[in-house]
Amino acid sequence: MAHHSNEPQVTVLPPDKEKIKKLWTVAAILGAVTAVEFVIAFTMSHGTAKTFLFVILTIVKAGYIVGEFMHLKYEVKVLFWAILIPILFIIWMLVAFVYEGMKMPVFN
Amino acid sequence: MGASYGKLMMWFFLLSDAFTFSGLLITYGLVRSSHPAFEGLVESFTFSTEYWPIPEKVFDAIPFYHGGMSLPLVFVGIMTFILIMSSVTMVLAVEAGHRMDRKAVEKWMLWTILGGFAFLGCQAWEWNHFIHGAFSGDAVAEGTTFFGANLRQNQYGPQVFADFFFFITGFHGFHVFSGVMFNFLIYYNTVTGVYERRGHYEMVEKVGLYWHFVDLVWVFVFTFFYLV
Repeated sequence: MAHHSNEPQVTVLPPDKEKIKKLWTVAAILGAVTAVEFVIAFTMSHGTAKTFLFVILTIVKAGYIVGEFMHLKYEVKVLFWAILIPILFIIWMLVAFVYEGMKMPVFN
Repeated sequence: MGASYGKLMMWFFLLSDAFTFSGLLITYGLVRSSHPAFEGLVESFTFSTEYWPIPEKVFDAIPFYHGGMSLPLVFVGIMTFILIMSSVTMVLAVEAGHRMDRKAVEKWMLWTILGGFAFLGCQAWEWNHFIHGAFSGDAVAEGTTFFGANLRQNQYGPQVFADFFFFITGFHGFHVFSGVMFNFLIYYNTVTGVYERRGHYEMVEKVGLYWHFVDLVWVFVFTFFYLV
């Protein structure tokens, strides 16, 4: 009796070298950006410019994770925008809340 | 929308989860910006309930090292790299799934699970350290000597700082834990040939989306809780 009588025949394709190389490149970029953030954390003085730089670098990392790893860049445009547009609400919330926070008295 | 029902729903779930995490992090931003920041040189910083602590002064320890040297943010940096690496092994599992390569999916899923456990272990240490405090902390709570932090007392600064730490990293850690469980299920189903019989490995892709999202959230927690 054949061992695989109930198993379907599967054809295993060879690894896509190009694609795998690209994934490792993205990982290297994420690592490098984190390293840069690390350097900035200890070389720049605290202030708005530093915070701004951190936010930019975070968005760069988020873009690579969502776009490449989560594959959103290559999905249909409707799905792409259905995910991206609602993010505007988060930005609105962030700006509104931090603005309010700066005008609030300390509550302890 | 050109994507399968399952993938679409996973995307919408993740969007709603993104709102939840934004709610937490933005509230952190609100409360933080309503507290005064520490004025003066970073070197002369001491813990006080009067102002918000500088994160790198709170998180400056690594495991197995008890010397006096301050190693700010090194440990969270390592945690970030662990999570990025486990995200890569996850995409490699997805890629292997597209090629119906069962052995490769098994291998990469195991690496991903290992990365998840490594991260959780780090977080357990991080919490333990935060709760029990440093060897020479400045005791500020009500004139008594108190090291570390819990939900009622906090050595590092205003009480809400500790509350946010527990809530935000705890909520994220719970997501990682669930992710590891999902990853294990996927691994189990791959080993038992469920996806091979089904003819596709889309489940790996769906759980992969969740796993990358956990990594994505950590990127934001890292910036807004530890760096800024």
